[in-house]
Amino acid sequence: MQLELTAAQRAARDEFRAFTAAAIVPHAGRWDRDEALPPEIVRRLAELGYLGTIVPRELGGPGLDMITYGVLTEELGRGCSSVRSLLTVHDMACQAIVRWGSRAQKESYLPRLVRGELLGAFALSEPNAGSDAKGIETTAEADGDGYRITGRKKWITFAQIAHLFLLIVQCEGKPTAFLIERDTPGLAIEPIRGLLGTRASMLGEMTLAGCRVPAANLVGRIGFGISHVVAAALEQGRYSVACGAVGIAQASLDACLQYSRERQQFGSPIFDHQLIRAMLTDMLVQVRAARLLCYRAGWLRQNGDPGAFAETMAAKYYAAIVAARAATDAVQIHGANGCSDSFPVARYFRDAKVMEIIEGSTQIQQMVMPRFELQEF
Amino acid sequence: MDETQAKIKDFLSRFFKSHDLQPEEDVFSLGFVNSLLAMQLVAFVEKDFGIQVEDADLDLDNFRSIRAIANLVARKRGAPASA
Repeated sequence: MQLELTAAQRAARDEFRAFTAAAIVPHAGRWDRDEALPPEIVRRLAELGYLGTIVPRELGGPGLDMITYGVLTEELGRGCSSVRSLLTVHDMACQAIVRWGSRAQKESYLPRLVRGELLGAFALSEPNAGSDAKGIETTAEADGDGYRITGRKKWITFAQIAHLFLLIVQCEGKPTAFLIERDTPGLAIEPIRGLLGTRASMLGEMTLAGCRVPAANLVGRIGFGISHVVAAALEQGRYSVACGAVGIAQASLDACLQYSRERQQFGSPIFDHQLIRAMLTDMLVQVRAARLLCYRAGWLRQNGDPGAFAETMAAKYYAAIVAARAATDAVQIHGANGCSDSFPVARYFRDAKVMEIIEGSTQIQQMVMPRFELQEF
Repeated sequence: MDETQAKIKDFLSRFFKSHDLQPEEDVFSLGFVNSLLAMQLVAFVEKDFGIQVEDADLDLDNFRSIRAIANLVARKRGAPASA
């Protein structure tokens, strides 16, 4: 058993951490207030090769190992959950193509996604379909040598700026995945504003009014959209969200360690107060536990182990809860200051709540994980 | 039942503990194939048999029974299918 990062992974972590400290942390509060990421940060992520890192070398990507990918996501997520969101949905689209795309799709899209010339997004949710993914109402009808897609998608992360969407529809009455480009005639995208958390994630609502896509844009086969394509994308997304949640929890802990030593009450730093230390202790132990779950999930994913699905879900489930708890305690420790935007913990608190909802809500995972466990029973 | 089929049976038995799955039995008709199994099954055959399941292989008939999965593995390996 190896529980330590390798020297190369530690070096990568230091690089990600330095980038986050210099280029993300100072601006994350403003991006949150602006409800948008500026184009410069997206460009910088692409220049540094942080987009599409999971794409294997033979398909034009860097083929980052899953542990290093998790470290990248944690570090970026520590600075800004919206930046982490960009990676999450972009890499979900990449993963769907890597896993189930045709040779032509791989050759056409993956190199551009890796270079950041295209931003990818994942379009599953609809006004009437969230956790019940099979309840989607958007349809694809055969139309000559292609398909005509009609419907609506909602809560689509980075829909405001994405160029390529992995779109899940009903085709011949079966869940099916297509790739659709932003400039497809009939596709309209409206920004969604006023969100609780991950506010700079530039969500959008998509209206598809008879959008025509070529048959070559079908991903996988008709009827395999959820069981295989979405499953692959969501498994990637869960891992990314799990590691990002660890980042929020770590950021909450870091903020509290600093604040509690500076803040004086009753004649001493609040760090010296026993109930503050109790909260810090819970926070630091839970952060470490969640990170270990992520590393284990990453290791299994790297090795193509069938158990990766269950472990990734467990990591996401626990890390999201830990992030929410840590951020809640962080606001508590900061008191009135924690309720203002003068300190980042209010943002962590809002962002952490979102982690318990996206990529499978905590309650859906509570429904599913015991079924995984029965396999081992 | 050859070694490949035995391995597949062993894997599928995790999902279907109280049933002695036969090589030709249609696992879909038995009602225990769901999205939890789908990607795990792909990961299993890829890892244990060293093959790559591709988009063109996404056909329910390739996963319908122990024998069907074994035949998929054989085809991907370039070996004759088992009877």
